[in-house]
Amino acid sequence: MRKATLWNWFWILLGLLYFFLPLLATFHFSLRARKEALSLLAYQQMIEDTRIWQALLYSIQIGLLTIGLGLLLMVPTVYWVHLRARYLRPMIEFFSLLPFVIPAIVLVFGLIRIYSGDPFPLTNTYAGTDFLLIAGYVVLTLPYLYRAIDAGMTAIDVATLTEAAQSLGAGWGTILFRVIVPNLRSAMLGAAFLILAIVLGEFTIASFIVGLRAFGPVIWQVGQNRAYEASALVIFSFLLTWILMALINFVARRAVVTSGPR
Amino acid sequence: MLSERRSAASGALRLKPLPSFIGLLDWAGVIPFLLFILLFLILPSLYLFVGSFQDSSGRFTLENIRALFTPTIMSAYWVSIRISLLTALLGGVFGFFLAYALLSEETPTWLRSALLTFCGVASNFAGVPLAQAFIFTFGRMGLVTVLLREAVGLDLYEMGFNLYSFWGLSITYLYFQLPLMVLVITPAIEGLRREWREAAENLGASPLQYWWYIGIPILMPSLLGAMILLFGNAFGAYATAISLTGGLINLITILIGNQIRGDVLHNPNLGYALALGMVVVMAVMMSLYYLLRRHSERWLRQ
Repeated sequence: MRKATLWNWFWILLGLLYFFLPLLATFHFSLRARKEALSLLAYQQMIEDTRIWQALLYSIQIGLLTIGLGLLLMVPTVYWVHLRARYLRPMIEFFSLLPFVIPAIVLVFGLIRIYSGDPFPLTNTYAGTDFLLIAGYVVLTLPYLYRAIDAGMTAIDVATLTEAAQSLGAGWGTILFRVIVPNLRSAMLGAAFLILAIVLGEFTIASFIVGLRAFGPVIWQVGQNRAYEASALVIFSFLLTWILMALINFVARRAVVTSGPR
Repeated sequence: MLSERRSAASGALRLKPLPSFIGLLDWAGVIPFLLFILLFLILPSLYLFVGSFQDSSGRFTLENIRALFTPTIMSAYWVSIRISLLTALLGGVFGFFLAYALLSEETPTWLRSALLTFCGVASNFAGVPLAQAFIFTFGRMGLVTVLLREAVGLDLYEMGFNLYSFWGLSITYLYFQLPLMVLVITPAIEGLRREWREAAENLGASPLQYWWYIGIPILMPSLLGAMILLFGNAFGAYATAISLTGGLINLITILIGNQIRGDVLHNPNLGYALALGMVVVMAVMMSLYYLLRRHSERWLRQ
């Protein structure tokens, strides 16, 4: 074997070992909830724990609303900038990438200070906190959403499509929803799955704004006092992330998926 | 071409009011976006920024900024910076080797695509579940710890290792740093032309010479840029750290978290200054990243 080949295999094997050991150890632990023998007891406990599923359902709803609000905000804006005001594009890009500079813990700090009192007492009601959480997540995931939509818009000829639609008598709503959006489908879907993956596992913002209503903080709490159930939950959430990433790869063969903030 | 398209488009839209209105109308389309950004990004940041320069009665002061340079707070920044530097460097170097190995022609395609997909998953698999997985692996009762103790007689914890410490946290962070590096650096490695290597070999260069004089200099901006990204990634991490150490490690994010829960510094304005300091570090890093990326793109385009 060539020296270079040996070198390459060394790193691949080391990577495999490092990547799979923690998963293997967690899985191994999750099967040992009964002292005597291997069992799926931990998984059974997890499935019967309704708080987990309530929290997951809540986080899925928050995730979907985050995607909805994000798309509603970004698709028309990026479309407009591409069509009418290209000179505004650097500004939109700057603001969209700004959340990379503001860590989640700082963002939630500011959000809580502003919106826990007058003139916008959002944290006084459940609906208010839900909205604050969604707004926080839209900001947190804005860089990914912007990049996906901007890349999607760049790939299609926005001006020609718009003119063609207009010359056939289409109004603005028809143009946006029946011409532009279908052309952006894979970009939007890819971004949506990534946002869902980020929101479902998010802990920092959720723990300060809604606490144990969201999935991330509940995983944390289960880990504090019920180790076996927690290990099953870790395996479950890893599979969940895997499924969402596989969906991204499925909608865009070569999606550039960089990581979410943590 | 671009301006042609623009004017053609606006012609079709029949939007030709007085010239002075055109600019205003352009801005109208981005107002909802700007409003949202103002409310949920700029205002919260500005609140912390202004608060950093105020005393408890709202007067201007630099006292909070000065208080950042006291030993307890400086040590929190310093631990955060050290852990970010270390994991960016290790993750960067190992990630580069792994990515290079994966992209080598001798690596089977299925293995390459499986591991690249895994990197996408692992770089997003962070926070609480990650910390717990590492407790099940390297914690006192973790699989690896127990196996090493019982099969080899090697007691990690007696040798001074502790998962809930600086090094333990670093090993855990690497689980998302390494895959992120692989994903970020892969396009740059793919941009290395085969011809460059062949030309060097034809001229009698050894592999070491090729890397020293050609490969590394070309990749350097991308490598540095990627490592800066990794630095920021670790610097802002909160969930992984708090769930692994329970807040026992003195990181800047954990200090801010404690300050949000209850005014542990007994000075809200100093808390805002802590956050401001974090943003300043991140802003410096991201500007560097932006410059390096522009540099590396220029290089690869030629």
